Order: sequence, then C-alpha cells, then structure tokens
Amino acid sequence: MEALKEELKSKIIEQLNLEDVSVDEIADDDPLFGDGLGLDSIDALELIVMLDKDYGIKLADPKEGKKIFESVGTMADYIAQHKTK
Amino acid sequence: MMKKKYCISSYCHIRDNTISLNGKTIYTGQHSDLKSLTKSAYRHFDIDYPKFFKMDNLSRLGFLAAEILLTNEGVLPENEEDIAIVLSNRASSLDTDRKHWESIRDSHNYYPSPAIFVYTLPNICIGEISIRHKLYSENSFFIFDEFNPNHLFSYANGLLDTEKTRKVLCGWVDVDGPVYKAFLYLVGKEGPVLHSIEEITRLF
Amino acid sequence: MDKIYVSHNSIVSCLGNDSQTVIQKIKDGVSGLQPVNDPKLLDQPLCTSQINIEKIPKTIRGKAKEEIFTRLEHMLLNSLGKVIQASKIELTDRVGLIISTTKGNIDVLDDDNPFPKERAYLAELGKVLKEFFGFRTHPIVLSNACVSGLLAIATAKKMILQGDFDHVFVTGGDLASKFTLSGFRAFQALSSVPCRPYDKNRSGINIGEVGTSALVTKDDTKLAREAVIILGDASCNDANHISGPSRTGEGLYRAVKLALKEAKLQPKDIDFISAHGTATQFNDEMEAIAFNRLKLQNTPLNSLKGYFGHTLGASGLLETIVGMHSLHQNTVIASMGFEEIGVSQPINIIRRTESRPMDTFLKTSSGFGGSNTAVVFKKVAE
Repeated sequence: MEALKEELKSKIIEQLNLEDVSVDEIADDDPLFGDGLGLDSIDALELIVMLDKDYGIKLADPKEGKKIFESVGTMADYIAQHKTK
Repeated sequence: MMKKKYCISSYCHIRDNTISLNGKTIYTGQHSDLKSLTKSAYRHFDIDYPKFFKMDNLSRLGFLAAEILLTNEGVLPENEEDIAIVLSNRASSLDTDRKHWESIRDSHNYYPSPAIFVYTLPNICIGEISIRHKLYSENSFFIFDEFNPNHLFSYANGLLDTEKTRKVLCGWVDVDGPVYKAFLYLVGKEGPVLHSIEEITRLF
Repeated sequence: MDKIYVSHNSIVSCLGNDSQTVIQKIKDGVSGLQPVNDPKLLDQPLCTSQINIEKIPKTIRGKAKEEIFTRLEHMLLNSLGKVIQASKIELTDRVGLIISTTKGNIDVLDDDNPFPKERAYLAELGKVLKEFFGFRTHPIVLSNACVSGLLAIATAKKMILQGDFDHVFVTGGDLASKFTLSGFRAFQALSSVPCRPYDKNRSGINIGEVGTSALVTKDDTKLAREAVIILGDASCNDANHISGPSRTGEGLYRAVKLALKEAKLQPKDIDFISAHGTATQFNDEMEAIAFNRLKLQNTPLNSLKGYFGHTLGASGLLETIVGMHSLHQNTVIASMGFEEIGVSQPINIIRRTESRPMDTFLKTSSGFGGSNTAVVFKKVAE
C-alpha cells in the first residue's frame, strides 16, 4: 500500500505537471482539489484516464471520481480494490 | 471620416533562443527545444504561476511574451484592463494536434488525454493570457500561411475606432515542431511607434 | 455608419443540401442526429449528424472531383458555391472570404487518409477555396473554438465597416471526426443518445457536422428575402478557465450587454434567443445564469443542437442562418429534446414550433478558451 501511494504521488506530479511539488510534500490525506494541491476539472478528467490506462479501472460514472480522488489515500484504497492490471 | 491614428507602446519577440522587449535582448539561452527555453525563462523572470507548466508549447510561448510585455506596461490583473487580444499564426494548434493524434491512432493503446485535447485549439493561448491578466475583452485567432500585417493592422484599428476596446494585444504566435516564433505588440492611443503596416512589418 | 447585412446563405447537412430544405425539416420536427456504432470513429456508441458525402453533388461547375478534394472541402465547396451563385457577386478585390473552422482537414492525420498531411494546415483549406472559386483576396481563417462561426459574421461586419471589403463570404465547417470525438469523450462530455439542451435528463453533447455559408454585405439592393441587419456584436472572454464555463456566466453576460448596447436595444426588444445550449451540465447552467443576470429569462429561447448536434466551428453560422429563416417565416423553432427544466435559474425554452410575429433575435455562442460571442440581428423592413 505504501509503495502504491508513493507511486501515485509521483504519477500525479508527473502527469499533471505539478512542476514545483515534490513527492514528500504530498501527505496521504492532503486534499487533491480545492485548497490542497489545487487541481482542477481537467486534472480530475486526467486522473480518470490514469485509472484506466495504468490500473485497468474504468469508471462507469465520472461523478464517482469525486470520492475516489479526495486524497492520495482514498485513491490508493480504491485502486488496490479494483485494479485489473 | 478622418481615420484616427494609433501607436504601438511595447513589443516583444521570442525567437531563436532569445527574448527581446522593445528590440533589446532581455534573455538568451542555449536550449534544444521550446519547452526548455520557456521553462528557463519562466524561472529567469521569476514568474509565479504554476499553471504555466500545464500549458502546451503554443500557450507557453504566447503566455510568456504577453507576460513580459504586459508587465512592462504595468498591467495588473486587479485593474481588469480593457485590452482585446488578436493573435495569428500558420500552424494553428497542429503541434499539439499531433500529440493528441498519437494518443488515439492505435486502437489497442487508445487513451485520449483531456489535458492534451484542450490545447488542440489555437485560441486556448488567448484564454490563458486572458485568465492571467483578467482581460474580458474581444478575442480572435486568425490563421494565415504567412504573417499578415495588413489584417492585424486593420482589425486592431476597427476595434479601437468603434471603441470596442481601449488597447489591443496583437501578434503572431507560432509553434510547429522545432520551429517557433512569437511577436506580440500592444496598440493604443499612446506610444513611441506609429501603428502602421510598415512599422508592424519592420518590427516583425 | 453603413448597415451591414447577412444575406444569401446555404446549409449542407444530413437534413438536406440547401437552407430551404433544412429549415422545412426542422419545422417538421425532424432531427439529423442518428445513433452510430463505428469503432473506426469512436470506441463506444455515439449519436451524430454525419453527412453522407455521396449525397452531396460532387461537381460544381464540373471541376470538383472527389479524388482532389477532402471530405470537408467537398462540404464547403458545395455550400459556398451555392451562396456565390445566388448572390451574383463578381469576385473582385473588394470581396473577402472568411473560413470558420476549429480543426479543418484534421482527418488527414489519419494513416488511412489518402491526402498529404500538409492538408491539415488551415491556410491550405483557404487556398483550395480561393483557387476553386477564383477569389482575388487572401482568405482569412478564423479558428476561435466554438464561437468561430458567429465571430466570423462579426469579423466580416468589422472588415466591411473598416473599408477592407464591400462583401464578405463566410463559410464554416468541421468534421465529426475521430480526432474531435475522442477528445470530447475524454472530457466525459459525449452523450450516446440525442442531446437534450437545458433538460433535467440531459446527458451531454453530440458532435455533428455541416458545411454552411452566408454572404455578409453592405449592399442592400440584391438581398435575399430572409436577409437580416447586424445591429450589434460583441465578444468577451470569461478570464476564468480554459475549458470550464464561468460559474457566473461572466463573459456571456458582458458580451450580450455590449451587443445590446451597440444595437441600441433593451432586453425586452429581443423576440427570441438562439442560444448555445450544448446540453452539457455546465454550459447550460452557465447560460441560464447569464440570461437571468441580463433580464432575458422570459425571452423565448432555443438551442438547435437537438437537430444538428454541436457543429463546432460552423455552429454559430448555422444557427444564425436558421434564425434568419425563423424571423422571415415568423416561426419560433422548438428547442428539440427539451421537456423539463434542468437548470437552476428559470429560462423560457421554446417547446413548440409555431407562428409568431418577430423582428429581432439574439444569437450567442460560447466555447473553450473562455470565449463568448453575442450578435443581435433584425429583420430587413419590407
């Protein structure tokens, strides 16, 4: 699980081009949106693509993303349970 | 009707690894590509706008030129200045279009990216500049096979004559693979350079 | 100041190859949207209004052969050819050409496409049209996301007033291509069923295609019967987000306000609004907010996306043409797909196509990059 969280942090930084953020600056329960990392609607859509591409998870309803993408912790939990690759 | 005369108050070039403002070089580097040039210029000018790193090359190029020019003009977002944006280029957003195309060409590896797709429109560059400087005015993005000073001249005059705006940020922002060039200039009532087709052509 | 008119016009679409036929179909409540399941186009079922290229006449003046023109070029040549012919205007150096498109011949990037990749440059599309018809002036390509079609009309007006031209032919078109569909899919914005603008059960956008053209002119002597005067136009950026519509409808609010000011009209003077209405959650909500801020919530309003889908760079021009015919025939057009209000602020959606005397309409478009354009049109007095 810890490894998955670390992996997610570097993926988020790389794929969402968070140039001035490093892995150790993101806590597991930091909110990804709003005041936290300040991600926006395009980032949320990009995370949906990441779930699909890297973990074989297709979200049936994009609205599900809201809960899943609360923090790195919630993302890791969801991925651990649902991943197909 | 007697035609009013306007002036160019500032202009900025980004080309061949060099950035210049009003004809004076203000940054030069040895970069193999535009991405690295724009990143290093962002650091050099001490710009604080993390969204910059999410932009594609076309938006980065236009954003950077506008940033340098409008900062020099003392334009502040909180003043919500009345500045229209009229840009043009040759390659539209093709540089990013090709990237989006790569993400969908193979049906077994088909992952279109929203963060890339959104930049497959040239006017997103205008959107980025508008957001940064809180400019709510007219915008248009035109495509020509080469720089067209006559069109930019006339269009900017039209916006100013009809008082649709007080100033116009005009120019050329083009990225096509390794080739890039930005030339932006601000037209208004005052400035050291006469707004004319000859001057625009000479500055380009 | 000279009066500027939008006059002769044409629509090439799956509903027909000329404006009259298409308008009649719309009045009869026929939609061009069809379900399509084609993995070559998209990896999931979709709904679109694709043109069957076999059904549009291949030869104009005996020159257009399929093998030398792309799919989009066929659509535009066909549509523009009709308008040039109907207008009987000689293509001198006082006649301009504006091409409104977001992606042009983007399908040539496809490995299976026989055309050279250079054809994807938008200026190439301009050259094809210029050479085919013999325009004497440099074609102007306008690519400003989904407001392009309406902005092209405003641009033509500006250029005529500025003295650049006496007449401008405006032509607009985009393809419902793999390129664009995959992007809107990535945005989770596509609906697999016919779109339902402003409806409670709306589930997103359909991408459609048309080739459409119109003459913008200051010459009032040879106008088409459905011609309109351009009373006012304005474009404003949201200065908020590159893809998400403003939550306050800021840019649209400002654009409509300025267009009305130039038209010297009050909101109550507008007989109907041809709005953008893409049927995404955020767009429709944004418009409802802006129209309420403008006190236009009681003005009859439609979105034509239920008939054509979102035709991208053509949509503003297409919807203006439909609006012109709607005025001329004194007929309000129902907003197809609408049953129950699904936006937080009240707006007066047209439920039934019916006769009503009318004089003016407001056309609005909004698009990526935070762009918004509004134009006010008025019937030419008979």
